[in-house]
Amino acid sequence: MFGLTKKQKRTAISIIISLFLFALSLIIFRFFYDISGDNRLIAKLIPIIVWFGLYIFVGYELIIKGFKNIYNKQLLGEDFLMLVASLGAFGLGIYNLFTSNITEGFEEAVAVVLFYKVGQLFESVATEKSRQSIKELLDICPDTANLINNGESSEVFCEEIKVGDTIAIYPGEKIPLDCTIINGESSIDNKALTGESLPIEVKENSILLSGGINLTGELICKVNKTFSESTATQILELVQNATEKKTKTENFVSKFAKYYTPIVIALALLTAFIPPILFGGLSTWLYRSLSFLVVSCPCALVISVPMTYFVALGKASQKKVLIKGSCYLETLAKAKTFVFDKTGTLTKGEFAIKEILPNSKKDEILRLAYIAEQNSSHPIAKCITDAYKGEQISGYTHTNFAGFGVKAVSDKDEILCGNYALLQANGITPTENKEGAIYLAKNGYYVGLITIEDSIKTEVNGVIGALNKENCKTIMLTGDTFETAKNVSERVGVNDFKANLLPQDKLFEVEKLLAQKQPNDTLCFVGDGINDAPVLTRSDLGVAMGALGSDAAIESADVVLLRDDLQDLLYARNISKRAVKIVKQNVIFSILIKCLILILSFFGITNVWVSIFGDVGVAVLAILNALRV
Amino acid sequence: MKKIFKMQNVDCAHCAMKMQNEILKIEGIISASVNFLTQRLTLEFDDSIQEDVLDKARKACKKIDSDTEIIG
Repeated sequence: MFGLTKKQKRTAISIIISLFLFALSLIIFRFFYDISGDNRLIAKLIPIIVWFGLYIFVGYELIIKGFKNIYNKQLLGEDFLMLVASLGAFGLGIYNLFTSNITEGFEEAVAVVLFYKVGQLFESVATEKSRQSIKELLDICPDTANLINNGESSEVFCEEIKVGDTIAIYPGEKIPLDCTIINGESSIDNKALTGESLPIEVKENSILLSGGINLTGELICKVNKTFSESTATQILELVQNATEKKTKTENFVSKFAKYYTPIVIALALLTAFIPPILFGGLSTWLYRSLSFLVVSCPCALVISVPMTYFVALGKASQKKVLIKGSCYLETLAKAKTFVFDKTGTLTKGEFAIKEILPNSKKDEILRLAYIAEQNSSHPIAKCITDAYKGEQISGYTHTNFAGFGVKAVSDKDEILCGNYALLQANGITPTENKEGAIYLAKNGYYVGLITIEDSIKTEVNGVIGALNKENCKTIMLTGDTFETAKNVSERVGVNDFKANLLPQDKLFEVEKLLAQKQPNDTLCFVGDGINDAPVLTRSDLGVAMGALGSDAAIESADVVLLRDDLQDLLYARNISKRAVKIVKQNVIFSILIKCLILILSFFGITNVWVSIFGDVGVAVLAILNALRV
Repeated sequence: MKKIFKMQNVDCAHCAMKMQNEILKIEGIISASVNFLTQRLTLEFDDSIQEDVLDKARKACKKIDSDTEIIG
């Protein structure tokens, strides 16, 4: 039923029964039980006994806990405070009954414990809900693996397995440790890790990351990393530790809570004793001081702030956005400067042919380039051979001129493929000239050229556009030449770029930007985690994307985008902004309401019922607000 | 020695904080963290108190909230 735990169900049922009995007693004693003029003791004992019975029935757990608080010297514990408030109200009820024949106090006593229970149930359900949201992620790692020893397989705890051990992974099992396949073929579902729903085909020598699911075939693998260093464990650790880094707001709230409760209790005591001495009217002032006690717990605040962050972290992790701590939500929400590494972040890090000139000889040029580059494993060569769709050509001998290009010779033809200098060195002058192009010549004559580009990720324009629109500074860092960098930065849409950077220069540039920015602004660096660990660490907020398998990136980044999709950056930013906004609302709302209630109840304008709302109602509203993230 | 324990019925965030502080008071505990969200207790402790560390941690948690359990 509604996904409640056993304990929650029990509490819910007891609350429903209590509410019913409470309403019943309220009606009976308000409308049908008249004790004015009846001075027999029994007439007074009946309401005392009925209300006290109900009080015990509703609040026995609280009462026990409250007394335990005394025993454990936790006198600022909320259970204890509620116990004092409710017992005080009850005592007041008895006093009123004997002095003025009214029963004011009994109802309040029961209401305090009853609604306190309602609030706790709400809190517990909401907590459970936010826990559920990360449960899927916590479940990615098995506890045991099948260790192969002398040809026999035995189930062993993952922690006991060493690097170099051989393990078997059967179909349907999760991959327990990072390993390399030594025998077998299968397909792997990495959805839990990357969000990618298409299975990946793997065979001998493929590297497996822990956390994936082996779908079809039995695999024998050699372990590459111990359990604690394996991918899934690292991710788990990251999520588990995420809530331990306290945010500024949380620190403020716990400081506030530390002073708020003792101050309110002191006020309650003062209210109970000073005015009666001056003006008399003990029971009125006692009643008012009980109102104070009821709002003395800053629960709404203490609960809703971390709760909001939990929900945000949980939701983000469902989207494969791992945020390493609640504090980074606050940093990301404030970020106004976004620095991007080019390769792998804005561009795919894969090369593609941009244009072939002259276009009329396109097929011929591509064919010649294929002949020349077919044996090379360089990424640029690969993009040419991939683009060639014709039949295989063989019979050429290749000579490599490192830094210049390739010469391919057969009995009929001599093909040159390389940069401008290569052709010139062979006495050929290309009729066209393009920055960074690959030139082709056949039998001493220039044929044409191919320009290559690193293709820009499809989602990049939208993301950069959205950031620019919100007046964020967007800056691209790259090791490319000025010309290439300028070209890419225009196509991507960033405000600014820095070219010709070596990895160590990137750190220097980021330092410079950090020094330039406004004090309130934070700088967010987005990289693919390769070679930029120092920058990730140095920036206010380091975001590593598609970083799966790179320990350095996972370790040094504050936010890890497991999917290789820059849109997740916007998602992370939006959820951070939303969380921060909701936290602000909750903090302001609950502090204001509590202060207001304290003032109003001091002057007797509001009663204990309003205080109960101020305690439980505000907590419930704050929790509901937190779940909105 | 470092060990991780599962917990049950950690119902309120600031109780988790209090439990952590209470556990840190135990002699021989080097570091302790109670994770409210994942309901996990991570303890780093001196080997000499290995035998009764769990009992002591349990007691410390119960002091704050008697419903909370540590599963050893």
